[in-house]
Amino acid sequence: MDKYNYRRRKITDQIMRNLTAVATGCAVIPLIAIIGYVLTIGAGAMSWSFFTDVYQPPSNAVVSEITGEEPAYDPNDPFAGIADAPSEDPNAPVDPADNVYNAAPRGGVLHGILGTLMIAGIGLLLALPIGIFAGIYLSEYRDERYATIVRFCCDVLSGSPSIVAGVTIYVLVVLQTKQFSAFAGSIALAILMIPIVTRTTEEMLKLVPETMREAARGLGAPTWYSTFTVVLPAALPGIVTGVMLAFARGAGETAPLILTVLGSNIISTDIFKPMAALPLLTYRYTESPYPGENTQAWGAAFVLMMLVLIMNILVRVATRRTGGNSR
Amino acid sequence: MAQQLTPPQWSTGKSPMRHGDVPFRAGTVALASAVVLLVFAVAGMLYVSSQEARTAFGWDLLFGTVWNPIETELSPMSFGGWPAVRGTLLSALIALIIAAPLAIGIGIFLAELCPLSLRTPLSFLVELLAAVPSVIYGVWGVFVFIPFFNSAFANPISTTIGSYIPWFAGPISTGRGLLVTGVILALMILPTIASLTRDVLGLVPNTQREAMLAIGATRWETIWLAVIPYSRAGIIGAIMLGLGRALGETMAATMLVGNSQRISESLFAPATTAASLVANELTNSVSSLHESALISVAFALFGITLFLNFGARLLIWYVERSTRGGRS
Repeated sequence: MDKYNYRRRKITDQIMRNLTAVATGCAVIPLIAIIGYVLTIGAGAMSWSFFTDVYQPPSNAVVSEITGEEPAYDPNDPFAGIADAPSEDPNAPVDPADNVYNAAPRGGVLHGILGTLMIAGIGLLLALPIGIFAGIYLSEYRDERYATIVRFCCDVLSGSPSIVAGVTIYVLVVLQTKQFSAFAGSIALAILMIPIVTRTTEEMLKLVPETMREAARGLGAPTWYSTFTVVLPAALPGIVTGVMLAFARGAGETAPLILTVLGSNIISTDIFKPMAALPLLTYRYTESPYPGENTQAWGAAFVLMMLVLIMNILVRVATRRTGGNSR
Repeated sequence: MAQQLTPPQWSTGKSPMRHGDVPFRAGTVALASAVVLLVFAVAGMLYVSSQEARTAFGWDLLFGTVWNPIETELSPMSFGGWPAVRGTLLSALIALIIAAPLAIGIGIFLAELCPLSLRTPLSFLVELLAAVPSVIYGVWGVFVFIPFFNSAFANPISTTIGSYIPWFAGPISTGRGLLVTGVILALMILPTIASLTRDVLGLVPNTQREAMLAIGATRWETIWLAVIPYSRAGIIGAIMLGLGRALGETMAATMLVGNSQRISESLFAPATTAASLVANELTNSVSSLHESALISVAFALFGITLFLNFGARLLIWYVERSTRGGRS
C-alpha cells in the first residue's frame, strides 16, 4: 500500500508539473504566432511609398495611361485624374485585371505615422507633469492617508476600459467644441497614460535607497531640494522607462481615438481638426473590402508592433543595466 | 571672505531654501489631486450625461431585449441593452474559462518550476504580450484566427453536435461571434493574470516551501498544499483584474464579435458587446436619448470595472500585507 501510494504521488507530481509547462506552451505558441504573423505579413506590405505616401483610393487604372501625366495630388479631391475606365457595354465580361478588387495596394500610411506621433506625443506632454508629480507625491509622502486615495484613483484609471476615457472626452470636449480633433484624442490618451507614468515614477523613486535621502538631509537640504537634485536624477532611467511604456501604450490605443480623433486621409498638422492615426488606419483597413487595403492593415499593424517591440526591448536593456525594477 | 554657515543659521530657518518645502508639497499634492479629480470627472460626467436615458428607461437599459434607436411605424424606439450586456458577460466568461487555468499554470511554472535560464525570456515574452495593442489582436483574429477557427472548429462542430446543442448551432456565415471573441479575449488577458499570479506566488515565504519539502512532500504537493493556499486571495485578485480587462476590451471585440443586436443562442452567431456597441454607435448617435443610452452603457461598464478593481486590489493588498517581509 505504501509503495502504491508513493508511486501515485510521484506520478501526480510529474503530470501536474508537466501540465504547467504545457499550459505555458499553449499560451506562448499563439502569442508567438501573433507576433510572427504581423512581422512576416506586415513586412510584405512594406515599400518605399508605404512610408512616404498618404492614402490613395484603390484603383488599378494607371494614371499616366489616362491623362498622359501624373497629376499633383490634390487633398481636396483625391479622386482627381483617376477616372474609371469607361465601359461601352455594361454586360461585357470584365477582365480580372480591371477588377478593382484585384488592385495592388496603393499609397501609404505617412499621415497615420505623423498623426500617431503627434497625438500620442501631445498626450504624453499633457500626462507628464501630472504623472511625475503625482508619482513624487506618492513616493515622498507615501504614508499619508491621502496617498492611499491617490493610489486607488490611479488604479481605477488604469483599470477602467479605454473606451470610457473616449466617452468622457467625447462628451466633455468633442460635443462642447462640436469638432472632432486630434487634441481631444491627446487628452483621452493622457487619461490612459497618467496612471502608468504615476505608478512607474512612484516605484522607481521608492527604489532609491533611503540612505541617499538621509545623506542629503544630513547636509542640510530640504525635501524639495533633495528630491530634485538627488532622488529624481537617481531614478531618472527608470522614469524614462515608464514614460516610454506610456507612450507605446498610448500610441496603440484605438477605441478612444474612434470617439475623438475620427481619422483623416491626408496629412494634417492642425491639432484642432480630425487627424489620421495608425491604429485607426489599422482598424479601418481591416474592415475594408479591398484586399489591397487589408494588406495595408497588416503593414500598419507591423509599424505599431515595431513601436511596441522597440520600446519594450529598450526598456528591458535600460532596466537591466541600472539594476532597477528587478523582481 | 567666505561667510561661514554655522548650524544655528540652518536650524533657525533663515535659509531661503527651507521655504521651498511648503510650495513643493502643495504642488505635488495639487497635481496628485488632478488624478483624483480625473476619476471624479469621469464618474460625474458619465452619471450626469446618462441621466436622461436612466430616468426614461431605468433598468430596461441593461435588461431590455430590443435596441432600436430609430423610431419607425413598425418598431418603436427602444433602448434595451441586454444583447450587449449578455454578449459582454458571455465573451468575458468564455475568456475567463479558457484563460484562468492556463494563466495560473503559467504563473506556477514561471514562479516555481521554470529553469532559471528560461525564466527571464518567458517573463519578458509574457509582459510583451500584455503590451501588444488590442487592434493587432483584432487584425490577427480577423485574417488568421477566424478562417482557421471556422474550418477547424466551428464548421465541424456546428454540423455534428451543433444539431443537438443550440449553443453550437450553425449556420456559420462570417465566423464572427461570441466564441471567437472569447478565445481572443482569453489570449489578451492571459499575460495579465499570469504575471500577477507569478508576482503573488513570489511573495510566499520560502519557509512555507521548506517546511512542506522537509516532511517529504513532492514538488507539486508543496505547490498545491503550501504555496497556492497561501496566495489564494492574490490569485483571485489577478483573475478579477483579468475579468475587468475582458469586460472592457473594445477593439478586439468590435472587430470580432460581428456587431449584431439580435440575440441568438448559438455562440457562433454574430452578437455585440457593451464596449463595441458604444464604440460603434456613439459618434453616429441619432438623438440625445440615444447618446444618453450609450453613455449609460459606458457608465455600467465603468461601474463594473471599478468594483472589480476595488475588490482585486483589496485582495492583492491583503496578500502583500500578510506576507510582508516575504521571500528573502
